[in-house]
Amino acid sequence: MIRVQNLSKKFGDLTAVDNISFEVNKGEIFAFLGPNGAGKTTTIKMLTTLLHPTSGAVELDGLDPTVARDEVRKRFGVVFQDPSLDQDLTAWENMEIHGVLYGVGRKERHERAGILLKLFELWDRRDALVKTFSGGMRRRLEIARGLLHTPRVLFLDEPTLGLDPQSRNQMWTHVKSLNESDQVTVFLTTHYMDEADRVAQRIAIIDHGRIVAIGSSRELKEQTQTESLEDAFLKLTGTTIRDESASSTDALRQVARMWRR
Amino acid sequence: MTVIYILWLREVKKYLRSRTQIIASMGSPIMYLGILGFGLGPVFQRAGQGSYLQFMAPGVIGMTVLFTSIFSGIALLWDRQFGFLKETLVAPVSRLSIMLGRTLGGATVAIIQGLLIFIVCLIAGFRPTSAMAIPIAILFMMLIAIVFAALGTVIGSSLKDMQGMQLVMNFLVMPIFFLSGALYPLTNLPKVLALLTRLDPLTYGVDGVRSVLIGVTHFGPVVDLAVLIGVAGLLLTIGAWRFSKIEI
Repeated sequence: MIRVQNLSKKFGDLTAVDNISFEVNKGEIFAFLGPNGAGKTTTIKMLTTLLHPTSGAVELDGLDPTVARDEVRKRFGVVFQDPSLDQDLTAWENMEIHGVLYGVGRKERHERAGILLKLFELWDRRDALVKTFSGGMRRRLEIARGLLHTPRVLFLDEPTLGLDPQSRNQMWTHVKSLNESDQVTVFLTTHYMDEADRVAQRIAIIDHGRIVAIGSSRELKEQTQTESLEDAFLKLTGTTIRDESASSTDALRQVARMWRR
Repeated sequence: MTVIYILWLREVKKYLRSRTQIIASMGSPIMYLGILGFGLGPVFQRAGQGSYLQFMAPGVIGMTVLFTSIFSGIALLWDRQFGFLKETLVAPVSRLSIMLGRTLGGATVAIIQGLLIFIVCLIAGFRPTSAMAIPIAILFMMLIAIVFAALGTVIGSSLKDMQGMQLVMNFLVMPIFFLSGALYPLTNLPKVLALLTRLDPLTYGVDGVRSVLIGVTHFGPVVDLAVLIGVAGLLLTIGAWRFSKIEI
Protein backbone atom coordinates (compact mmCIF):
# COMPACT_ATOMS: atom_id res chain seq x y z
CA MET A 1 0.00 0.00 0.00
CA ILE A 2 2.88 2.34 0.83
CA ARG A 3 6.28 1.97 -0.77
CA VAL A 4 9.18 4.23 0.14
CA GLN A 5 12.55 4.03 -1.59
CA ASN A 6 15.72 5.87 -0.59
CA LEU A 7 13.70 8.76 0.76
CA SER A 8 15.63 11.77 2.11
CA LYS A 9 14.68 15.21 3.33
CA LYS A 10 17.17 17.96 4.06
CA PHE A 11 16.47 21.30 5.69
CA GLY A 12 19.58 23.30 4.89
CA ASP A 13 22.45 21.43 6.53
CA LEU A 14 20.18 19.27 8.65
CA THR A 15 19.23 15.87 7.29
CA ALA A 16 15.90 15.09 8.91
CA VAL A 17 15.26 11.90 6.99
CA ASP A 18 18.27 10.03 5.66
CA ASN A 19 17.81 7.55 2.85
CA ILE A 20 15.05 5.38 4.28
CA SER A 21 13.23 2.56 2.50
CA PHE A 22 10.31 0.47 3.67
CA GLU A 23 7.01 -1.02 2.59
CA VAL A 24 3.67 -1.19 4.30
CA ASN A 25 1.28 -3.92 3.19
CA LYS A 26 -2.41 -3.52 2.60
CA GLY A 27 -4.47 -3.89 5.77
CA GLU A 28 -1.43 -3.77 8.00
CA ILE A 29 -0.89 -1.69 11.13
CA PHE A 30 2.63 -0.30 10.86
CA ALA A 31 4.37 1.74 13.54
CA PHE A 32 7.22 4.21 13.34
CA LEU A 33 8.92 4.18 16.68
CA GLY A 34 11.63 6.65 17.52
CA PRO A 35 12.91 9.27 19.95
CA ASN A 36 12.08 12.95 19.59
CA GLY A 37 13.46 14.52 16.45
CA ALA A 38 14.11 11.18 14.79
CA GLY A 39 12.29 12.18 11.61
CA LYS A 40 8.91 10.56 12.22
CA THR A 41 6.78 13.63 11.58
CA THR A 42 8.90 14.70 8.61
CA THR A 43 8.32 11.28 7.03
CA ILE A 44 4.56 11.54 7.60
CA LYS A 45 4.55 15.00 6.06
CA MET A 46 6.24 13.67 2.94
CA LEU A 47 3.82 10.74 2.73
CA THR A 48 0.84 13.08 3.10
CA THR A 49 1.93 15.56 0.36
CA LEU A 50 2.76 18.37 2.79
CA LEU A 51 6.51 18.28 2.12
CA HIS A 52 8.47 17.62 -1.03
CA PRO A 53 11.17 14.97 -0.61
CA THR A 54 14.72 16.13 -1.31
CA SER A 55 15.35 12.81 -3.03
CA GLY A 56 13.91 9.32 -3.26
CA ALA A 57 10.53 7.96 -4.25
CA VAL A 58 7.22 7.53 -2.46
CA GLU A 59 4.29 5.49 -3.67
CA LEU A 60 0.89 5.35 -2.03
CA ASP A 61 -1.61 2.90 -3.48
CA GLY A 62 0.53 2.91 -6.61
CA LEU A 63 0.49 6.71 -6.98
CA ASP A 64 3.25 9.28 -6.56
CA PRO A 65 2.19 12.02 -4.10
CA THR A 66 4.34 14.62 -5.84
CA VAL A 67 2.60 14.01 -9.17
CA ALA A 68 -0.99 12.85 -8.48
CA ARG A 69 -1.33 14.99 -5.39
CA ASP A 70 -5.10 15.29 -5.12
CA GLU A 71 -5.69 11.65 -6.04
CA VAL A 72 -3.33 10.63 -3.26
CA ARG A 73 -5.01 13.00 -0.81
CA LYS A 74 -8.37 11.32 -1.41
CA ARG A 75 -6.83 7.98 -0.50
CA PHE A 76 -5.59 8.78 2.97
CA GLY A 77 -6.92 10.23 6.20
CA VAL A 78 -4.57 11.86 8.66
CA VAL A 79 -4.54 12.84 12.31
CA PHE A 80 -1.77 15.28 13.09
CA GLN A 81 0.22 15.67 16.24
CA ASP A 82 -1.37 19.08 16.87
CA PRO A 83 -5.15 19.39 16.91
CA SER A 84 -6.80 20.43 13.66
CA LEU A 85 -10.46 20.51 14.64
CA ASP A 86 -12.47 23.69 14.55
CA GLN A 87 -13.30 24.17 18.21
CA ASP A 88 -15.99 26.74 17.60
CA LEU A 89 -18.00 24.36 15.49
CA THR A 90 -19.92 21.26 16.53
CA ALA A 91 -18.70 17.71 15.98
CA TRP A 92 -21.24 17.30 13.22
CA GLU A 93 -20.19 20.50 11.46
CA ASN A 94 -16.56 19.42 11.56
CA MET A 95 -17.52 16.18 9.85
CA GLU A 96 -19.71 18.04 7.38
CA ILE A 97 -16.96 20.43 6.24
CA HIS A 98 -14.54 17.55 5.88
CA GLY A 99 -17.03 15.74 3.67
CA VAL A 100 -17.47 18.78 1.44
CA LEU A 101 -13.72 19.33 1.16
CA TYR A 102 -13.28 15.73 0.03
CA GLY A 103 -16.18 15.90 -2.38
CA VAL A 104 -18.29 13.26 -0.63
CA GLY A 105 -21.93 13.53 -1.76
CA ARG A 106 -24.49 14.73 0.76
CA LYS A 107 -26.29 11.43 1.28
CA GLU A 108 -23.15 9.36 1.67
CA ARG A 109 -21.59 12.06 3.83
CA HIS A 110 -24.43 12.03 6.33
CA GLU A 111 -24.59 8.25 6.37
CA ARG A 112 -20.85 7.83 6.98
CA ALA A 113 -20.76 10.61 9.56
CA GLY A 114 -23.58 8.90 11.46
CA ILE A 115 -21.89 5.49 11.40
CA LEU A 116 -18.49 6.87 12.43
CA LEU A 117 -19.78 9.12 15.19
CA LYS A 118 -21.71 6.19 16.64
CA LEU A 119 -18.71 3.91 16.35
CA PHE A 120 -16.46 6.38 18.16
CA GLU A 121 -19.13 7.00 20.80
CA LEU A 122 -19.66 10.65 19.92
CA TRP A 123 -23.13 10.44 18.42
CA ASP A 124 -24.86 11.80 21.53
CA ARG A 125 -22.58 14.81 21.50
CA ARG A 126 -22.73 15.52 17.78
CA ASP A 127 -24.34 18.93 18.23
CA ALA A 128 -22.04 20.08 21.03
CA LEU A 129 -19.22 22.52 20.30
CA VAL A 130 -15.83 20.80 20.08
CA LYS A 131 -14.38 23.16 22.67
CA THR A 132 -16.51 21.42 25.29
CA PHE A 133 -14.88 18.05 24.44
CA SER A 134 -12.20 16.29 26.48
CA GLY A 135 -8.81 15.48 24.95
CA GLY A 136 -9.82 11.89 24.30
CA MET A 137 -13.09 12.87 22.64
CA ARG A 138 -11.27 15.31 20.38
CA ARG A 139 -8.83 12.66 19.27
CA ARG A 140 -11.67 10.25 18.56
CA LEU A 141 -13.46 12.89 16.55
CA GLU A 142 -10.32 13.60 14.55
CA ILE A 143 -9.95 9.94 13.71
CA ALA A 144 -13.63 9.63 12.84
CA ARG A 145 -13.29 12.68 10.60
CA GLY A 146 -10.17 11.29 8.94
CA LEU A 147 -12.13 8.17 8.01
CA LEU A 148 -15.18 9.97 6.61
CA HIS A 149 -14.07 9.84 2.98
CA THR A 150 -13.33 6.08 3.23
CA PRO A 151 -9.55 6.36 2.86
CA ARG A 152 -7.38 3.32 2.25
CA VAL A 153 -4.64 4.50 4.57
CA LEU A 154 -4.94 6.21 7.93
CA PHE A 155 -1.94 8.18 9.19
CA LEU A 156 -1.76 8.83 12.92
CA ASP A 157 1.06 11.08 14.11
CA GLU A 158 1.51 10.52 17.86
CA PRO A 159 -2.24 10.33 18.31
CA THR A 160 -2.20 9.44 21.99
CA LEU A 161 0.12 12.21 23.19
CA GLY A 162 -1.33 13.74 26.33
CA LEU A 163 -4.18 11.24 26.71
CA ASP A 164 -4.87 9.26 29.86
CA PRO A 165 -4.50 5.44 29.75
CA GLN A 166 -8.28 4.91 29.53
CA SER A 167 -8.63 7.16 26.50
CA ARG A 168 -5.58 5.61 24.87
CA ASN A 169 -6.90 2.15 25.41
CA GLN A 170 -10.33 3.01 24.04
CA MET A 171 -8.86 4.76 21.03
CA TRP A 172 -6.72 1.81 20.01
CA THR A 173 -9.59 -0.60 20.47
CA HIS A 174 -11.59 1.43 17.93
CA VAL A 175 -8.70 1.74 15.51
CA LYS A 176 -7.95 -1.97 15.68
CA SER A 177 -11.54 -2.98 15.10
CA LEU A 178 -11.76 -0.65 12.09
CA ASN A 179 -8.54 -2.03 10.72
CA GLU A 180 -10.00 -5.51 10.94
CA SER A 181 -13.48 -4.77 9.63
CA ASP A 182 -12.65 -2.30 6.84
CA GLN A 183 -9.10 -3.37 6.00
CA VAL A 184 -7.84 0.18 6.47
CA THR A 185 -4.05 0.29 6.45
CA VAL A 186 -2.80 2.19 9.50
CA PHE A 187 0.53 4.01 9.66
CA LEU A 188 1.26 5.41 13.10
CA THR A 189 4.11 7.08 14.88
CA THR A 190 4.60 6.95 18.61
CA HIS A 191 7.20 6.89 21.28
CA TYR A 192 5.17 4.73 23.61
CA MET A 193 6.68 1.24 23.36
CA ASP A 194 3.68 -0.58 24.82
CA GLU A 195 1.43 0.94 22.18
CA ALA A 196 3.61 -0.11 19.29
CA ASP A 197 3.99 -3.51 20.89
CA ARG A 198 0.27 -4.03 21.34
CA VAL A 199 -1.17 -2.44 18.24
CA ALA A 200 1.32 -2.76 15.40
CA GLN A 201 2.00 -5.84 13.36
CA ARG A 202 5.32 -4.47 12.21
CA ILE A 203 7.53 -1.79 13.68
CA ALA A 204 10.27 0.33 12.18
CA ILE A 205 12.67 1.87 14.65
CA ILE A 206 13.92 5.20 13.37
CA ASP A 207 16.73 7.27 14.82
CA HIS A 208 18.64 10.27 13.45
CA GLY A 209 16.59 10.04 10.29
CA ARG A 210 17.58 6.43 9.56
CA ILE A 211 15.70 3.19 10.00
CA VAL A 212 17.86 1.11 12.32
CA ALA A 213 15.64 -1.96 12.49
CA ILE A 214 12.37 -3.19 11.05
CA GLY A 215 10.18 -6.17 11.85
CA SER A 216 7.55 -7.52 14.20
CA SER A 217 7.93 -6.93 17.92
CA ARG A 218 9.14 -10.48 18.38
CA GLU A 219 11.65 -10.22 15.57
CA LEU A 220 13.08 -7.05 17.07
CA LYS A 221 13.45 -8.69 20.46
CA GLU A 222 15.11 -11.75 18.93
CA GLN A 223 17.40 -9.64 16.82
CA THR A 224 18.65 -7.71 19.86
CA GLN A 225 18.36 -10.66 22.27
CA THR A 226 16.30 -8.66 24.72
CA GLU A 227 13.23 -9.38 26.79
CA SER A 228 11.04 -6.40 26.00
CA LEU A 229 10.52 -4.00 23.15
CA GLU A 230 11.75 -1.19 25.37
CA ASP A 231 15.09 -2.91 25.91
CA ALA A 232 15.32 -3.65 22.21
CA PHE A 233 14.59 -0.01 21.46
CA LEU A 234 17.23 1.27 23.88
CA LYS A 235 19.77 -1.21 22.58
CA LEU A 236 19.17 -0.05 19.04
CA THR A 237 19.00 3.70 19.65
CA GLY A 238 21.29 4.12 22.64
CA THR A 239 20.51 5.82 25.93
CA THR A 240 21.58 9.38 25.16
CA ILE A 241 18.87 11.99 25.51
CA ARG A 242 18.05 13.90 22.33
CA ASP A 243 18.37 17.63 22.76
CA GLU A 244 16.42 19.05 19.93
CA SER A 245 16.92 22.73 19.41
CA ALA A 246 13.57 24.41 19.94
CA SER A 247 11.93 25.66 16.76
CA SER A 248 9.36 28.41 16.36
CA THR A 249 6.70 25.71 16.24
CA ASP A 250 7.74 24.51 19.68
CA ALA A 251 7.41 28.04 21.00
CA LEU A 252 3.90 28.25 19.57
CA ARG A 253 3.07 24.85 21.01
CA GLN A 254 4.03 26.07 24.44
CA VAL A 255 1.68 29.02 24.20
CA ALA A 256 -1.06 26.70 22.97
CA ARG A 257 -0.62 24.49 26.02
CA MET A 258 -0.83 27.47 28.33
CA TRP A 259 -4.05 28.63 26.75
CA ARG A 260 -5.70 25.25 26.96
CA ARG A 261 -5.41 25.20 30.73
CA MET B 1 -17.03 26.75 -5.64
CA THR B 2 -18.61 24.62 -2.88
CA VAL B 3 -15.25 24.66 -1.14
CA ILE B 4 -15.02 28.46 -1.16
CA TYR B 5 -18.62 28.62 0.00
CA ILE B 6 -18.26 26.22 2.92
CA LEU B 7 -15.08 27.90 4.17
CA TRP B 8 -16.76 31.28 3.88
CA LEU B 9 -19.79 29.95 5.74
CA ARG B 10 -17.53 28.61 8.47
CA GLU B 11 -16.04 32.05 9.15
CA VAL B 12 -19.44 33.74 9.24
CA LYS B 13 -21.01 31.05 11.43
CA LYS B 14 -18.19 31.26 13.92
CA TYR B 15 -18.52 35.01 14.10
CA LEU B 16 -22.27 35.00 14.63
CA ARG B 17 -21.84 32.49 17.44
CA SER B 18 -19.26 34.42 19.42
CA ARG B 19 -21.28 37.11 21.14
CA THR B 20 -18.40 38.12 23.39
CA GLN B 21 -16.18 38.74 20.38
CA ILE B 22 -18.86 40.87 18.75
CA ILE B 23 -19.28 43.00 21.85
CA ALA B 24 -15.54 43.18 22.64
CA SER B 25 -14.64 44.32 19.15
CA MET B 26 -17.13 47.17 19.38
CA GLY B 27 -15.30 48.56 22.41
CA SER B 28 -12.54 50.56 20.79
CA PRO B 29 -14.60 52.12 17.97
CA ILE B 30 -17.20 53.23 20.49
CA MET B 31 -14.45 54.69 22.62
CA TYR B 32 -13.01 56.65 19.70
CA LEU B 33 -16.41 57.81 18.70
CA GLY B 34 -17.58 58.73 22.18
CA ILE B 35 -14.45 60.17 23.70
CA LEU B 36 -12.57 61.63 20.73
CA GLY B 37 -15.72 62.46 18.83
CA PHE B 38 -17.28 64.50 21.57
CA GLY B 39 -13.99 65.56 23.18
CA LEU B 40 -12.47 67.12 20.07
CA GLY B 41 -15.83 68.29 18.72
CA PRO B 42 -15.69 71.85 20.08
CA VAL B 43 -12.11 72.45 18.79
CA PHE B 44 -13.01 71.11 15.36
CA GLN B 45 -16.08 73.34 15.26
CA ARG B 46 -14.09 76.42 16.24
CA ALA B 47 -11.60 75.68 13.45
CA GLY B 48 -14.50 76.13 11.09
CA GLN B 49 -14.73 72.49 9.95
CA GLY B 50 -18.26 71.76 11.13
CA SER B 51 -19.32 68.75 13.18
CA TYR B 52 -16.47 66.44 14.18
CA LEU B 53 -18.81 63.53 14.73
CA GLN B 54 -20.03 63.83 11.13
CA PHE B 55 -16.41 63.93 9.99
CA MET B 56 -15.00 61.07 12.01
CA ALA B 57 -17.91 58.58 11.86
CA PRO B 58 -16.79 57.27 8.42
CA GLY B 59 -13.26 57.04 9.81
CA VAL B 60 -14.36 54.95 12.76
CA ILE B 61 -16.35 52.68 10.44
CA GLY B 62 -13.22 52.29 8.31
CA MET B 63 -11.15 51.54 11.39
CA THR B 64 -13.56 48.80 12.49
CA VAL B 65 -13.41 47.15 9.09
CA LEU B 66 -9.61 47.47 9.08
CA PHE B 67 -9.06 45.81 12.44
CA THR B 68 -11.56 43.02 11.97
CA SER B 69 -10.38 42.07 8.50
CA ILE B 70 -6.64 42.29 9.08
CA PHE B 71 -6.84 40.13 12.20
CA SER B 72 -8.91 37.49 10.50
CA GLY B 73 -6.01 37.16 8.08
CA ILE B 74 -3.24 37.21 10.66
CA ALA B 75 -5.07 34.47 12.60
CA LEU B 76 -3.67 32.19 9.89
CA LEU B 77 -0.43 32.06 11.82
CA TRP B 78 -2.17 30.32 14.67
CA ASP B 79 -4.60 28.38 12.61
CA ARG B 80 -2.05 26.64 10.46
CA GLN B 81 -0.36 24.93 13.40
CA PHE B 82 -3.10 24.51 15.98
CA GLY B 83 -6.24 24.99 14.07
CA PHE B 84 -8.41 23.90 11.32
CA LEU B 85 -6.21 25.23 8.52
CA LYS B 86 -4.04 22.11 8.44
CA GLU B 87 -7.11 20.02 7.83
CA THR B 88 -7.89 22.09 4.74
CA LEU B 89 -4.28 22.02 3.51
CA VAL B 90 -4.24 18.22 3.15
CA ALA B 91 -7.67 18.09 1.53
CA PRO B 92 -7.85 17.47 -2.23
CA VAL B 93 -8.70 21.12 -2.99
CA SER B 94 -6.63 23.96 -4.39
CA ARG B 95 -4.85 26.34 -2.08
CA LEU B 96 -6.36 29.23 -4.02
CA SER B 97 -9.91 28.24 -3.12
CA ILE B 98 -8.95 27.80 0.54
CA MET B 99 -7.35 31.23 0.56
CA LEU B 100 -10.32 32.83 -1.18
CA GLY B 101 -12.89 31.17 1.10
CA ARG B 102 -11.03 32.29 4.18
CA THR B 103 -10.32 35.80 2.98
CA LEU B 104 -13.87 36.42 1.77
CA GLY B 105 -15.23 35.01 5.03
CA GLY B 106 -13.01 37.33 7.04
CA ALA B 107 -14.04 40.25 4.83
CA THR B 108 -17.74 39.46 5.29
CA VAL B 109 -17.35 39.41 9.06
CA ALA B 110 -15.57 42.77 8.86
CA ILE B 111 -18.41 44.26 6.84
CA ILE B 112 -21.02 43.06 9.34
CA GLN B 113 -18.91 44.54 12.11
CA GLY B 114 -18.61 47.82 10.19
CA LEU B 115 -22.38 47.95 9.73
CA LEU B 116 -22.91 47.47 13.46
CA ILE B 117 -20.65 50.46 14.11
CA PHE B 118 -22.50 52.38 11.43
CA ILE B 119 -25.68 51.84 13.43
CA VAL B 120 -23.88 52.93 16.60
CA CYS B 121 -22.82 56.11 14.75
CA LEU B 122 -26.42 56.76 13.76
CA ILE B 123 -27.49 56.41 17.39
CA ALA B 124 -24.70 58.79 18.45
CA GLY B 125 -26.12 61.42 16.12
CA PHE B 126 -24.33 60.82 12.83
CA ARG B 127 -26.51 61.75 9.84
CA PRO B 128 -25.58 60.69 6.29
CA THR B 129 -26.68 63.19 3.64
CA SER B 130 -28.93 60.67 1.93
CA ALA B 131 -30.10 57.12 2.61
CA MET B 132 -29.52 56.31 -1.07
CA ALA B 133 -25.79 56.59 -0.47
CA ILE B 134 -25.67 53.69 1.97
CA PRO B 135 -25.34 50.86 -0.61
CA ILE B 136 -22.35 52.64 -2.18
CA ALA B 137 -20.85 53.14 1.27
CA ILE B 138 -21.18 49.38 1.80
CA LEU B 139 -19.37 48.82 -1.49
CA PHE B 140 -16.47 50.88 -0.17
CA MET B 141 -16.54 48.95 3.08
CA MET B 142 -16.37 45.71 1.10
CA LEU B 143 -13.29 46.92 -0.71
CA ILE B 144 -11.60 48.01 2.52
CA ALA B 145 -12.42 44.60 4.00
CA ILE B 146 -11.00 42.68 1.05
CA VAL B 147 -7.84 44.81 0.89
CA PHE B 148 -6.99 44.26 4.54
CA ALA B 149 -8.17 40.66 4.83
CA ALA B 150 -5.80 39.98 1.93
CA LEU B 151 -3.00 41.97 3.62
CA GLY B 152 -3.63 39.96 6.80
CA THR B 153 -3.30 36.76 4.76
CA VAL B 154 0.03 37.94 3.36
CA ILE B 155 1.29 38.67 6.89
CA GLY B 156 -0.20 35.54 8.47
CA SER B 157 1.37 33.34 5.79
CA SER B 158 4.77 34.96 6.18
CA LEU B 159 5.17 35.24 9.95
CA LYS B 160 6.85 32.40 11.79
CA ASP B 161 5.99 33.07 15.43
CA MET B 162 3.91 35.13 17.81
CA GLN B 163 6.60 37.73 18.51
CA GLY B 164 6.13 39.04 14.99
CA MET B 165 2.52 39.84 15.85
CA GLN B 166 3.44 42.66 18.21
CA LEU B 167 5.69 44.15 15.57
CA VAL B 168 2.95 44.05 12.97
CA MET B 169 0.46 45.57 15.36
CA ASN B 170 2.64 48.53 16.34
CA PHE B 171 4.42 49.23 13.08
CA LEU B 172 1.76 48.38 10.58
CA VAL B 173 -1.83 48.21 11.81
CA MET B 174 -1.76 51.26 14.06
CA PRO B 175 0.06 53.45 11.48
CA ILE B 176 -2.41 52.35 8.81
CA PHE B 177 -5.18 53.62 11.02
CA PHE B 178 -3.54 56.88 12.15
CA LEU B 179 -2.29 57.77 8.67
CA SER B 180 -5.64 57.19 7.02
CA GLY B 181 -7.21 60.56 7.70
CA ALA B 182 -9.87 58.81 9.75
CA LEU B 183 -9.36 61.33 12.55
CA TYR B 184 -8.21 64.50 10.74
CA PRO B 185 -8.67 66.20 7.36
CA LEU B 186 -5.93 65.60 4.77
CA THR B 187 -5.60 69.25 3.77
CA ASN B 188 -2.58 71.40 4.72
CA LEU B 189 -0.59 68.52 6.20
CA PRO B 190 3.22 68.67 6.53
CA LYS B 191 4.86 67.23 3.39
CA VAL B 192 6.09 63.95 4.89
CA LEU B 193 2.76 63.22 6.52
CA ALA B 194 0.91 64.13 3.34
CA LEU B 195 3.05 61.64 1.41
CA LEU B 196 2.58 58.88 3.98
CA THR B 197 -1.19 59.32 4.06
CA ARG B 198 -1.25 58.93 0.29
CA LEU B 199 0.59 55.60 0.52
CA ASP B 200 -1.96 54.20 2.95
CA PRO B 201 -4.74 52.25 1.22
CA LEU B 202 -7.14 52.91 4.09
CA THR B 203 -6.94 56.64 3.26
CA TYR B 204 -8.81 55.99 0.02
CA GLY B 205 -11.29 53.74 1.78
CA VAL B 206 -12.14 56.29 4.44
CA ASP B 207 -12.22 59.07 1.85
CA GLY B 208 -14.59 56.99 -0.28
CA VAL B 209 -16.97 56.24 2.60
CA ARG B 210 -16.86 59.88 3.64
CA SER B 211 -17.53 61.16 0.14
CA VAL B 212 -20.68 59.05 -0.28
CA LEU B 213 -22.01 59.49 3.24
CA ILE B 214 -21.40 63.17 3.91
CA GLY B 215 -20.23 64.54 0.58
CA VAL B 216 -16.78 65.57 1.83
CA THR B 217 -13.89 64.17 -0.18
CA HIS B 218 -10.22 64.75 -0.83
CA PHE B 219 -9.50 62.61 -3.87
CA GLY B 220 -13.01 62.07 -5.23
CA PRO B 221 -14.88 58.75 -5.09
CA VAL B 222 -13.76 57.59 -8.53
CA VAL B 223 -10.06 57.82 -7.64
CA ASP B 224 -10.79 56.14 -4.30
CA LEU B 225 -12.60 53.30 -6.01
CA ALA B 226 -9.89 52.80 -8.61
CA VAL B 227 -7.07 52.77 -6.04
CA LEU B 228 -8.93 50.32 -3.77
CA ILE B 229 -9.74 47.90 -6.58
CA GLY B 230 -6.12 48.03 -7.76
CA VAL B 231 -4.70 47.42 -4.28
CA ALA B 232 -7.24 44.66 -3.58
CA GLY B 233 -6.22 42.87 -6.78
CA LEU B 234 -2.54 43.24 -5.97
CA LEU B 235 -2.83 42.05 -2.36
CA LEU B 236 -5.07 39.11 -3.27
CA THR B 237 -2.46 38.02 -5.78
CA ILE B 238 0.41 38.33 -3.29
CA GLY B 239 -1.78 36.67 -0.65
CA ALA B 240 -2.54 33.72 -2.90
CA TRP B 241 1.16 33.38 -3.70
CA ARG B 242 2.30 33.57 -0.08
CA PHE B 243 -0.49 31.20 0.95
CA SER B 244 0.59 28.65 -1.65
CA LYS B 245 4.07 28.72 -0.09
CA ILE B 246 2.96 27.87 3.46
CA GLU B 247 4.76 24.83 4.78
CA ILE B 248 3.60 23.16 7.94
